[in-house]
Amino acid sequence: MNPLRTLRIAARALWRNGMRSFLTALGIIIGVAAVIAMMAIGAGAKAQVEQAFAAMGTNMLIILPGSTTAGGVSGGFGSMPTLTWDDLAAIRTEVPTVKLAAPAMRSNQAVVAEELNWTTSVTGTSPEYFQIRSWQVREGALFSQSDLDGGTKVVVLGATVASKLFGENREAVGHTVRIGHIPFTVIGVLAKKGQSAMGQDYDDAAFIPVTTFARKIQGGLGKYLTGQIFVEATSADTTTRALKDISVLLRDRHHIAPNQDDDFSIRNLSEIAGAQQQGTETMTTLLASVAAVSLLVGGIGIMNIMLVSVTERTREIGVRMAIGAKPGHILVQFLIEALSLSIAGGLAGVAIGLGVATWLASRFKWPMLVQVDVILVSVGFSAFVGIAFGLYPAYKASQLDPIDALRYE
Amino acid sequence: MERAAHLIELRDVTKVYKTGDVEVRALAGVSLVIEAGEFVAVMGPSGSGKSTLMNILGCLDRPTAGTYVLAGREVSRMSRAELAEVRNLVLGFVFQSFNLLARTSALENVELPLVYRGVSTREREARAKSALDKVGLGSRLDHTPAQLSGGQQQRVAIARALVGEPKVIFADEPTGNLDSRTSVEVMSLFQELGRSGITIVLVTHEPDIAEYASRVIVVKDGLVLSDVRQTPKPAAPLAAAAPAPEAAT
Repeated sequence: MNPLRTLRIAARALWRNGMRSFLTALGIIIGVAAVIAMMAIGAGAKAQVEQAFAAMGTNMLIILPGSTTAGGVSGGFGSMPTLTWDDLAAIRTEVPTVKLAAPAMRSNQAVVAEELNWTTSVTGTSPEYFQIRSWQVREGALFSQSDLDGGTKVVVLGATVASKLFGENREAVGHTVRIGHIPFTVIGVLAKKGQSAMGQDYDDAAFIPVTTFARKIQGGLGKYLTGQIFVEATSADTTTRALKDISVLLRDRHHIAPNQDDDFSIRNLSEIAGAQQQGTETMTTLLASVAAVSLLVGGIGIMNIMLVSVTERTREIGVRMAIGAKPGHILVQFLIEALSLSIAGGLAGVAIGLGVATWLASRFKWPMLVQVDVILVSVGFSAFVGIAFGLYPAYKASQLDPIDALRYE
Repeated sequence: MERAAHLIELRDVTKVYKTGDVEVRALAGVSLVIEAGEFVAVMGPSGSGKSTLMNILGCLDRPTAGTYVLAGREVSRMSRAELAEVRNLVLGFVFQSFNLLARTSALENVELPLVYRGVSTREREARAKSALDKVGLGSRLDHTPAQLSGGQQQRVAIARALVGEPKVIFADEPTGNLDSRTSVEVMSLFQELGRSGITIVLVTHEPDIAEYASRVIVVKDGLVLSDVRQTPKPAAPLAAAAPAPEAAT
């Protein structure tokens, strides 16, 4: 029997019960649309996480000072300064896998301009910091090694701080701001970097030479570096190696016995990024599986309606058998009907899913990621659902006794 | 050679239905020969076994025991699919309640047996048209059953039985749902088909319908009670009959 003809018979049978066919297909439509939308959301979120971590800096390690233990209570990392300026110098010169290293001392300070003020995180650091964080200057310039050596009172503002103090359109460079009553000259404004993966605004920050920070804000440059050290490894492959090397170097410099814990901690940001990405992937898989379950439920809907249809059309089946339809003909006829329902539903679901994904992408400013493989798998799966759940009703129809079927009222 | 001689030959055919522990002997050993071109009416009260006989003759059911040779082929032990093929190629059916596919045009209803035979679309359409012409419905190809009168629907059903050029047409109470005037028209059509060489086996409980046949077989208690050849009463020819009032559109 001609397959096109069979398809036409199926299409007509479905068309006759338009509303019912639509509602039956709706299960598949929703399931496929949900799978595609979920996968697009997942892909978009993943891309966003990747972007966020790229903004944070690549191949980056952060060294935190160690903890104090007073009366059995551990203070946690950073509660006691254990890193020294000599440690920083040693990391820079003695570890070959380290490309750059920069100190970062932080304090929340009110920054006061002529008319406006803004409290932000002020970081004392060195010029390498901007390279490690791959941060560009938008106007003016960054401070230099000579500013560091001389402890000059210059500041580089983040984009948010600059706009809060001087407005969006006014030039900030050249103006004087006060940080803790000390006047600083604005020499540069950084390019916008956006938000971190945790939602923190990177641009809400101000940067001054670390020597100036220690002397003017902390009140004296001592032996200890009371902050963190940012390190960039020579490449992505050497990040882990650099972490190990730095750990060995610092343990040696701090005279830590083999059975003692570190008095510092090193964070590998690419690892955090990996974990975050894995989290997104797990979430996506979870959501997609829930959506896939709804596809299954849609399949049960198809089976249900096909069983109703077989019962309703018992006489028709009887007539077809009497005039020469073999059991195989009837089986194929009902199978094609179930398949048409599920594939039509699958295609409509793809269209709706893509629509939802596009809308979400524009709403959350995600990159729109059309995954061809997801579409193919969805349509393929709905076809499978059609066959799997259409088989039983179709088999039932094909096994009807023509005499009983003809007599059926 | 004997097999080729008769179109239909039943030998000691029995049919036993089991309903739980109760065995019902619907046919208790029927032997019957029908020659090509005969117009046979099968009569009998309900429960006599005439429906069972009809189902077996129509290859819709298989006998419990005995043999059935149809057009030279032993069909009593065939599989369901083989029987379907025999029905498609050798037989045609006309039912009391017409049994046309709803919301499907007359033409497509008539084409249906050829669909299962794998005939090409063009040939199918041509043959269906000519079959509808033969039953006087050549101008109503696109009408659906709902748009046709009972008599017209039955004529579409006869065209459907006819389109495959069958050797035998089985008609199960074909006039049961029709008024007497339309019944005569339908019987006239059957007589015409009989004259063209098609064998017709008709089940009826109305004696005046059986009068149009050339042979009347009466079944009772699963056995052939009588088998009489007669001169058929001529039905008013279809062509002479003006379109029935119900058919006027």
